[in-house]
Amino acid sequence: MLKLTNVHKTFHIGTVNEKKALQGLNLELKEGDFATIVGSNGAGKSTMFNAIAGGFSVEKGCIELDGEDITFVPDYKKAKYIGYLFQDPMKGTAPHMTIEENLAVAYLRASTKSNQFFSRISKKDKEMFREHLSLLGMDLENRMKNPVGLLSGGQRQALTLLMATIVTPKILLLDEHTAALDPATAEKVLNLTKNIIKERNLTCLMITHNMNQALELGNRTLMMDSGRIVLDVSGEERDNMTVEDLLQKFSVGAGQEFDNDRILLSTAKEK
Amino acid sequence: MFITPAIIQTAFEVGLIYSLVALSLYLSFTILNLCDLSTDGCYTLGCAVSAMITIAGHPILALFAAVAAGICSGFVTAFLQTRLGIESILAGIIVNTGLYTINLMVMGLSSNVSIFNVDTAFTLFRGLSESDFWVNWHKLILIAVIAVVMCVLMYLFLGTRLGLSIRATGDNDSMVKSSSINPAFTITVGLCVSNACTGLAGGLIGQYNKSCDINLGTGMVTIALASLVIGETLLGKGSVKKGIIGVLVGSCLYRFIVALALRMNVPTEAFKLVSAIIVAVAIAAPKIKEYVALRRTKARILAEHKAENQKMTKGDN
Repeated sequence: MLKLTNVHKTFHIGTVNEKKALQGLNLELKEGDFATIVGSNGAGKSTMFNAIAGGFSVEKGCIELDGEDITFVPDYKKAKYIGYLFQDPMKGTAPHMTIEENLAVAYLRASTKSNQFFSRISKKDKEMFREHLSLLGMDLENRMKNPVGLLSGGQRQALTLLMATIVTPKILLLDEHTAALDPATAEKVLNLTKNIIKERNLTCLMITHNMNQALELGNRTLMMDSGRIVLDVSGEERDNMTVEDLLQKFSVGAGQEFDNDRILLSTAKEK
Repeated sequence: MFITPAIIQTAFEVGLIYSLVALSLYLSFTILNLCDLSTDGCYTLGCAVSAMITIAGHPILALFAAVAAGICSGFVTAFLQTRLGIESILAGIIVNTGLYTINLMVMGLSSNVSIFNVDTAFTLFRGLSESDFWVNWHKLILIAVIAVVMCVLMYLFLGTRLGLSIRATGDNDSMVKSSSINPAFTITVGLCVSNACTGLAGGLIGQYNKSCDINLGTGMVTIALASLVIGETLLGKGSVKKGIIGVLVGSCLYRFIVALALRMNVPTEAFKLVSAIIVAVAIAAPKIKEYVALRRTKARILAEHKAENQKMTKGDN
């Protein structure tokens, strides 16, 4: 499905700020895999997502999706089959356009013919949008003519999730997409995410800083450090793993103590 | 009489032609959130192309050629910013500078051409009827038809999927990318359409004035912006429909204000200064309103505090 082979990415090459973000990253995802990713800040999680979705080009290595080499495919072309959600709920939607118009733009990915450009939002499309919106359970289906800027962060993130999946993507990338929401809304959005992934059997990568989530959600847990994957557990080994084990594994894998306040805090809270 | 019907008529005629430039800026400035400063040069380009082809005897073709010239100019501006990474303001200025020479070349290296003894689109249109009404009003009718048709086309265009993508580009371009559309493409289409309107406005004004001057476009971008802001202030920011109606209303009102200023014996030399002041006031209006409101609130709160303090001191005594 998704295969990253020996991927390298360095920022600010040749300056004092040189930062090796990815150093020989290898990863293979199978169809229908739902993997969570943990790792301290600067471990290269978001850089990996950007390399997959194509915000920049890598210096070395190869990225394949469904057997096709996508290493140098520009981001907007990859967007046809990669869904991407950011932490910031403001990033995924156009605030001055209505819910309906936002969905229509997202739905452009379904079109293959260029004559689609001059078509307008049809009644059929509206019906379909309404149906999808009602599944969110946020009463958005009755506010389709409202500008998205009027929605709350949680509603916007739920809408972004819908936009990213309205045309089923080959792979869904979730970059801490619930981190900026209040706990209750975060849970709601997370449940929606789980449902959509389950229903459509999506292949998904999800970055999280919540250790419990990392073990509970999906079927695989990855840990990153210094631009590499240092831990990759699934199956029984994962089922038997506790948060303490995960932290322990981290210090072994990376050969250093865990020093990320945010992660320690989040585990402390969960206990 | 202070305001004669003729003055109102002229204000409407020129105002509606200018509304096409304002429509162009509505697309590039309001919707795409770009500063396209090539408007001045593009307007003159449309006028020059239209004038030369009208002189050659094809006034209708001339209008289409003006549109085509506008599209070319818009394409170059878009190419500079999307493919070569030049900032939008700078790209516009560069194209504007280049267009000065191109406009001179189009006009046969002379800075002024006049159209005489040949038909223009207006004289052709006038020939449709002999009645007094028609002879008096044919120019306004033709301009109004063209302006309204362009506005309706723009409205319809912005409702298509391509139009929606263009709007999304100005609103949040990362969202456009994740919808598999290249923002460079939407910006290019947007600027081509926008400059097509500017070119058409130039083409019409050339045939309307029966002349073209190399400095005709100077300050056009300011005037169009003023019209846009006037429309926005009156109708409010909001839907595309409101925005486009605002363009028409704002442009006509702007010409009306200028006509009033001229009637109040403001000398023609001061014309540009008057325009600049109108623009500055129109654009500053929301900020001034805000400031006045803030001052009022402040005064009210201070007065309340004072009253409270007085009460307390009285209580102490």
